[in-house]
Amino acid sequence: MDGALSPRDMALAHARRPLMERSVPGRVGASLPPLDVPPQEPPPPHLLREDLPLPEVSEGDVVRYFSTLSHLNYSVDTHFYPLGSCTMKYNPKVNEEVAALPGLAALHPLQPEETVQGLLRLLWRLQTYLAEVTGMAGCSLAPMAGAQGELAGVLMVRAYHRARGEGHRNVMLIPDSAHGTNPASAAMAGFRVVAIPSDREGDMDLAALERACGPDLAGLMITLPSTLGLFDRRIVEVCRVVHRAGGLVYGDGANMNALLGRVKLGSLGFDVCHLNLHKTFSTPHGGGGPGAGPVCVGERLLPFLPTPVVERKVVEGREVFSLTRPPHSIGPLGAFHGNIGVLARAYAYIRALGAPGLRQVSADAVLAANYILARLRDVYHLPYPRRCLHEVVLSARRQKAHGVKALDIAKRLLDYGVHPPTMYFPLIVEEALMVEPTETEGKETLDYFIEAMRRIAREAEESPEVVRGAPHTTPVGRLDEARAARQPDLRWKPPAPATPRAGRG
Amino acid sequence: MEPFVHPYLPLTPREREEMLRAIGVADVEELFADIPPAYRNPPLDLPPPLSEEEIRREIEALAAENITPGPYACFLGAGAYRRYIPAVVRALLARGEFLTSYTPYQPEVSQGTLQATYEFQTLVCLLTEMEVANAGMYDGASALAEAALMACRVTGRGRIALLDTVNPRYREVVATYALPQGLALSTLSPAAPEVDGETACLVVQWPNFFGYLEDLEALARAAHERGALLVVSADPLACALFKPPGRYGADIVVGGCQGMGVPLSFGGPSVGFFACRERYLRQMPGRVVGRTVDAQGRVGYVLTLQTREQHIRRERATSNICTSQALVATGVAIYLAALGRHGLRRLAEIVWHKAHYAAGLLGSLPGYRLPFQGVFFQEFVLQCPLPPAVINRRLLERRIIGGLDITPLVPNGMLVCVTEMTTRQEIDAFARALAEVATGG
Amino acid sequence: MTTTGGRRLYHPPDLRYTREHEWVRLLEDGTALVGITDFAQDQLGDVVYLALPQPGQRLAQMEKMGEVESVKAVSDIFSPLSGEVVEVNGEVVERPELLNRDPYGKGWLIKIRPHDLKELDALMTAREYEAYLEARG
Repeated sequence: MDGALSPRDMALAHARRPLMERSVPGRVGASLPPLDVPPQEPPPPHLLREDLPLPEVSEGDVVRYFSTLSHLNYSVDTHFYPLGSCTMKYNPKVNEEVAALPGLAALHPLQPEETVQGLLRLLWRLQTYLAEVTGMAGCSLAPMAGAQGELAGVLMVRAYHRARGEGHRNVMLIPDSAHGTNPASAAMAGFRVVAIPSDREGDMDLAALERACGPDLAGLMITLPSTLGLFDRRIVEVCRVVHRAGGLVYGDGANMNALLGRVKLGSLGFDVCHLNLHKTFSTPHGGGGPGAGPVCVGERLLPFLPTPVVERKVVEGREVFSLTRPPHSIGPLGAFHGNIGVLARAYAYIRALGAPGLRQVSADAVLAANYILARLRDVYHLPYPRRCLHEVVLSARRQKAHGVKALDIAKRLLDYGVHPPTMYFPLIVEEALMVEPTETEGKETLDYFIEAMRRIAREAEESPEVVRGAPHTTPVGRLDEARAARQPDLRWKPPAPATPRAGRG
Repeated sequence: MEPFVHPYLPLTPREREEMLRAIGVADVEELFADIPPAYRNPPLDLPPPLSEEEIRREIEALAAENITPGPYACFLGAGAYRRYIPAVVRALLARGEFLTSYTPYQPEVSQGTLQATYEFQTLVCLLTEMEVANAGMYDGASALAEAALMACRVTGRGRIALLDTVNPRYREVVATYALPQGLALSTLSPAAPEVDGETACLVVQWPNFFGYLEDLEALARAAHERGALLVVSADPLACALFKPPGRYGADIVVGGCQGMGVPLSFGGPSVGFFACRERYLRQMPGRVVGRTVDAQGRVGYVLTLQTREQHIRRERATSNICTSQALVATGVAIYLAALGRHGLRRLAEIVWHKAHYAAGLLGSLPGYRLPFQGVFFQEFVLQCPLPPAVINRRLLERRIIGGLDITPLVPNGMLVCVTEMTTRQEIDAFARALAEVATGG
Repeated sequence: MTTTGGRRLYHPPDLRYTREHEWVRLLEDGTALVGITDFAQDQLGDVVYLALPQPGQRLAQMEKMGEVESVKAVSDIFSPLSGEVVEVNGEVVERPELLNRDPYGKGWLIKIRPHDLKELDALMTAREYEAYLEARG
């Protein structure tokens, strides 16, 4: 034990001891169902594992350890989380209960369809709701995250062109402000990525787009509103330009919280889009998943949807639901049918709000972001001085003059008990801080955040070293990320045996 | 527009008014002015909003329509397993700090998620005897697809060879990912697993789709002789009982963790694990958590090696994966911690004995046989005197969900799975029912 | 120009520079050392990993020869001259932080045997490189 640790740090280090260090030989943490059959011939001994070096802890140890760990997290339940492009809205608790109902949570994915009609009906309805919200003709709930939804989207674009004998179309256009998953997904689908710049107002540079549209154009991936929180005022023309050149338009629906009930992507000309249920539709983020990334398509792409798609038929007056594989499906994305538990939560959310509720969501989300813009624009540089939608991109450019960067401001916010906004994204904005408050915060929370940000701006001028040294009040300070990358320590290992000291008493 | 009052929407009309004034507009509609008027505020055809009580009632009704394993016996496996989930798992995962937290990009306030993930990585390595593991993938099938892609990157070769005993659905998922990148798939028999110099990896499922253990030692040799990697899709519970794939020289080991304390939930959400040799670390997809220290020397955990990932490398990323299944991985870590060294081993033994009792009973029924030789773990193939589709319909009438009909692969073949949740009475009743159905009952 | 920390950037006058921020130094035995500039290491931040070519490999002028990775970014490295790689700096591969601390000394990356010294004319002097950096803004 190190005598130099403060009592607080000592307590924390003790409470955070990893499992293998808490292990005491002989402890058990779970009871098992009984062996109620006569013992059978054991496995051939040469195949058997000699030992399984897992920890031995009691049930109480498990509870104490993981409960302690949970205390070290910020979460939406406990803190304001204005992360741009993440839509950290309140996660309703009734959704947890309904997703855990045995009639949903205990179902085996390969059960005969006639035994799961209730669940299939729920999924079919969800498909239709999501298609309605996006103004599309059909939907597949199979993708297990937004990135997988994106992959499905670009794979469908690829399949579409190949089916028409135009497999030479291998260029995907992507705005320079796009989220990293966009070019990554396009590359995984075998496309060559060409970046299109945004103009000074934050809209797509239409002239650059036209120049980039050649005979090998497969399509355009675009986020609406953009990652700058701005609605491209020429979006209809953008879609036309791409269509004229024979390409398809894919919409990244990560920012759908701004558009619920306000506009339908299908009507603007989009051919395919994905949604993030763990953003727009309130399913919890879980520290990094599970989420769900359903994909919605216009008529042209219906045959290419990933499998499965839930179909409804009426047979002898009765509704019958089944899992189907579209005729030219890009194929399955996972072992089974999607993240059903997540889908059930999103269903409950949509049933709770309905159309009037979803419209209020987008209204309040956009109102909140613009309120923050209005109250911070005198203190933080605004790279695009326009109305934003549900998120606002600020720049710490002014503070940089005092040697304080976006990263420092973010870390200082932790001392004020607020999770930082998204930093350094989009890449085209210097020292970007992207703030998305969402509609589930009261005005008093927004005012607190504004007050904290204004104070930090003052601190940046008057005492920048306090900001640069932040956070000061969290369980750990800024961590040595260079060391983590240079000497990767990715798993617990037993400590090397201590070498005896020679010649000491 | 009438304001919609709801528990999830805290802003009151008065607050909205104050905010509008600060912004300098009269109405929130003005904030949507960038949307072309012809397309703005379309009709939205959704059912009217329900109160919380109505939502519960509605979804309870939908749930009640379904037939559930539990009240019905269930002999389905094929990648999804009825597993007893200790109460601690649900209790701890319900904590809002785990459930409603975000991806740990700000490590100072995400140490809970990060350390739990580090534990998951550690436990995966211990189970599989591999050197490094990532924070998890969407599921076992997509993890296998990503493993095949990684093998192609590492070796610079373009062919993926899969044994014909790999789950056909997993093979399809590999194709979904691999073909668009110009990679090729080929099929080999376990009896003749020779690969050529163009093959990046030999893909093996262990136990295989039919439930039987493959000879990993021989397969590792076949792959390595020609400079290909051995990629194993492994069942994690099998790793508790048998020498795991890492022992035999596997280069990448992946698998689905649904059988590790994750509710069946009609197949999702689950989490896939992904483990490989340390020398391939920089080609490994997905997030990875590393241990480090802060300026005061306090231990902390961070996402590391992020330059492999989409948010930095973009089109040169090792994968496009962003949100994964962190909460589920945390649940798996809790499950493995609770079961621990002896519990997990004992669980695997219980499953072994029950499955072998069942196989002995069913294989000796008149008209039924076990067509495969070899060592199986928790699943086996039963060849039936009638089409399994017919048998299963009759079984349902007897409150039994029968095994998976695998007729295209094995004539009148049924893939039967037995876990610790299957009671002896259920197995005996299954045997009686199968006997009756075979004689026209 | 200054580093992000406020120190003045340093670009030795006896070296030649590329637009991609590599430097090259001719040695007396006819070989040349290659590395990345003070500006580049400052932009990258803490370097954590290097992917470098093998001895024996042939490179063309401005052909991508490797990658340098920091915590937050990956950058391609290009060869300033055509030639054959004769040696790779094992020390900097082991301890990438040397690249940040001493980019022109212990942080050298590879030694090549150049094929055509006239290619130096296509590269910038220290003055030209600094002007280039200023112009970029």
